[in-house]
Amino acid sequence: MLCGLTCTECRFHLFGFLTLMSREPWFAVLRPLSSRRQFWLWLLSFALPVVIWSAVSYVPFLWHPVMRVTSPGDVAWFTTGMLIDRHEFAQEAEKIAAAGGRRPEGVRANPIFLPAPHQVARALYTAFTTKPVLRGDVWLHESLWLSIRTIFWGFVVSSAIGVPLGILCGSYAALARLTEPLVDFIRYMPAPAFGALMVAIFGIYQQPKIAIVFIGTFFQQVLVIANTVRKVDPALIEAAQTLGAKRRNLIWRVIVPASLPDLYNDLRILLGWAWTYLIVAEVVGISSGITFFINQQAKYRNFDNVYAAILIIGSIGLLTDQALAFFGERMFAWRNGRPSRLRTFITRLFAGRDVLLFPDQPEGGARS
Amino acid sequence: MNPAGELPDYRTQSPAVAERFRKLKERPVVLEIDRLGRQFAGQKGPVMALRDISLKIHRRELVCVIGPSGCGKSTLIRIIAGLDEQTSGRMLVDGKETSGPCPERGMVFQGYTLFPWLTVKRNVMFGLEMEGVGADQADAEARQWIDLVGLTKFADNYPHELSGGMKQRVAIARALAPNPRVLLMDEPFGALDAQTRATMQAHLLEIWRNVDVTILFITHDLDEAVFLADRIVVLKANPGEVQEIIEVPVPRPRSLAQVNSPEFLATRRRIEELIHPRVTAPTERLPIVRLTQVGDEVE
Repeated sequence: MLCGLTCTECRFHLFGFLTLMSREPWFAVLRPLSSRRQFWLWLLSFALPVVIWSAVSYVPFLWHPVMRVTSPGDVAWFTTGMLIDRHEFAQEAEKIAAAGGRRPEGVRANPIFLPAPHQVARALYTAFTTKPVLRGDVWLHESLWLSIRTIFWGFVVSSAIGVPLGILCGSYAALARLTEPLVDFIRYMPAPAFGALMVAIFGIYQQPKIAIVFIGTFFQQVLVIANTVRKVDPALIEAAQTLGAKRRNLIWRVIVPASLPDLYNDLRILLGWAWTYLIVAEVVGISSGITFFINQQAKYRNFDNVYAAILIIGSIGLLTDQALAFFGERMFAWRNGRPSRLRTFITRLFAGRDVLLFPDQPEGGARS
Repeated sequence: MNPAGELPDYRTQSPAVAERFRKLKERPVVLEIDRLGRQFAGQKGPVMALRDISLKIHRRELVCVIGPSGCGKSTLIRIIAGLDEQTSGRMLVDGKETSGPCPERGMVFQGYTLFPWLTVKRNVMFGLEMEGVGADQADAEARQWIDLVGLTKFADNYPHELSGGMKQRVAIARALAPNPRVLLMDEPFGALDAQTRATMQAHLLEIWRNVDVTILFITHDLDEAVFLADRIVVLKANPGEVQEIIEVPVPRPRSLAQVNSPEFLATRRRIEELIHPRVTAPTERLPIVRLTQVGDEVE
C-alpha cells in the first residue's frame, strides 16, 4: 500500500481517495468508519442512483423499450414524436414494407415516465419559471409554500398537544392506561379515511388538510413520546426524589430535560412522517399545494416536472432534517461526550491543578 | 502479616477508643430503625429479604453495613432512603416516624446519578432549589459545597467531563447541600479503581470530620468498612438479619498507616469469619480434564 502512514495526514478531501485504500478493512463489525470514508460513502449513496439512472437514460441498449417515431413513413396512425412499443413498431414496419410502402423511421427511447437526468435538472429550473397553464392555477413556489404551511400548522398543533400528553402518559401509568388503548386503536385507522369527514367538518380549503396531517402525526406522537419518556434512567428520578423533588419538579426538572434529546429526535422522525401524510391530505377537498402541482403536471405528461417536484420535496426534507440534527447536536452537547474545544481546553488547563490538589490517582502510597 | 495467635481480640478497646464510644452513645439518636422487615412476593410464596433489623445511629456517627451478596443491604438502604417500602417495622429520624424520599436523608448512589444536562454547580444547587432557596443563596451555598469537595475549578463543567472519583465527589456535595440529617451511601466507591477508592475514602473521612452529618455507608469491601466505620453492622443472607454489630477498635483519626495495625487486622478477620464462615466441607471441584502435557506444570 502506498499510503499506510503518510496519507493519514492528508488534509484535503480531494486526496481522500488515497486513504480510502489504506489497510483498514471496509467491513468490520461495529467499527466506526473514518470521517473521510463516511464522506465518500455519503457522496456515493447519492451518486450511485444517479449513475444508474444516467446509464439507463443515455446508453440505448440497456433498456429503451420504445421507439420514438422520427418519420411516420406510410403507416397511417403514426405521427412524428409518437412513442410506440419496439415490437409493435417492428411489426408495423414489416407490414408496410410487405405492402410496398415507405418504412417508418424512429429512434429507441425510454417511456415517457422516465425522463433523462438532464431533462429533470432543466425542469428543476423551468418548473419555477413556467407560467401556470390555466387561470387560477398557481406557480410552483406558491404550491410549495402552501404545502409547507399546511405541514407546519399540522405539525405544530399536533406537537402542542401530543408532546405534553406523551410526557404525562410516560410519567403517570394511570394516564397511560386511560389514553393509550384508544390512541393505539385510532393509530391503526389510516388518516386518509378521515378525509371525507374532515371536509364535512372543516370545509374544503386548508383546514381539513391540516387536520389530516394532525391525525396522521398526533396518535403516533403520543405513543412514541410516552415510550421515550419511560426510557429515562430511573436512577436519575430516584436521585431527584432523595433531593426532595416532587411531582411537578420531577417532571419539569428531571424527566423533561433527561429525555429532551430523544424527544427532539422523535420529533425529527415524526416530521418526516408528516410529509407522507401531506400528500394524501392535499387531495382532500380542493386539491392544492405540491400534490396539485404534481397531479397537474402528470396530466400534461410533463414528467420531468413531476420528478423535479418530488426531488424538491426530498431536498426540503433532507435539508430540514440535517439542519435539525445540526442544531440538536449543539443544543445537547452534554450528551454526546464531545465537549466544545474551548471547554476541553479549559478542563485540561485546570485538570492538571486539580490532580495536584486532590489526586484521583496518587503516584504512590496507595493502600495495599 | 501477623500470625493468627498474635492478634488481639477485636472487642478489646484502648482507653481512648472506649472513651470515644462512651461519648458517642450519649449523643442523641438521629436514625432509629425498629424491627424493620421487607417481604418480596416470590414465585413460591413470599420471600423474606430483611427480618427484624433494629439499629440506632447516633449523631455524627459513621456506620457501615456489610454483608454477603444478596443479604439485602441495598434493600435496607433503599428503604431508609424512602425509595422502597418496608412491610413491617418503623423508621424514625430524630424520633419522628418518616417514610418516603426526603432530603433529610440524602443519598449517594454507586452509579453517580448526576444530572448530565446540568453543570457541576447546578447539580449541587438542585436540592437547594427544590427546597425553595433563592437563586443567589443557592448559588453561594453550592459554591461552598463544591469548594469543600475540592472541585472549585470544575464548577461550570458538565459531568461527562469529569473522572469517576470527581463525579462521586459532586454527588456527595449534591447530597450534602440540603443539609441532610443522615447521608446514605450505597456502595459509592464500588465502581472506582482501587487507588481512586483509597483517595475517596480519605476524602470522605475529611468531609465527615468537618460537616455535621451522620453517615450510613453500605459496602462489600472489608477494608473499606474497617477503615471508615465507628460501628460495622454485619448482615447475613436468607433472610437478611443483623448478625453482629462490631465496634471498631481502631483509633481516630484514621490513616492509611493503620491498615496493618493489630486492631485493624483483628476486626477485619472477625468480619471475614462472619461473612465467609470457615469452610468445613471441601469446596466443589471443577470436573476439568487435563489438557496439558505432563511435565509442563505451572505450580
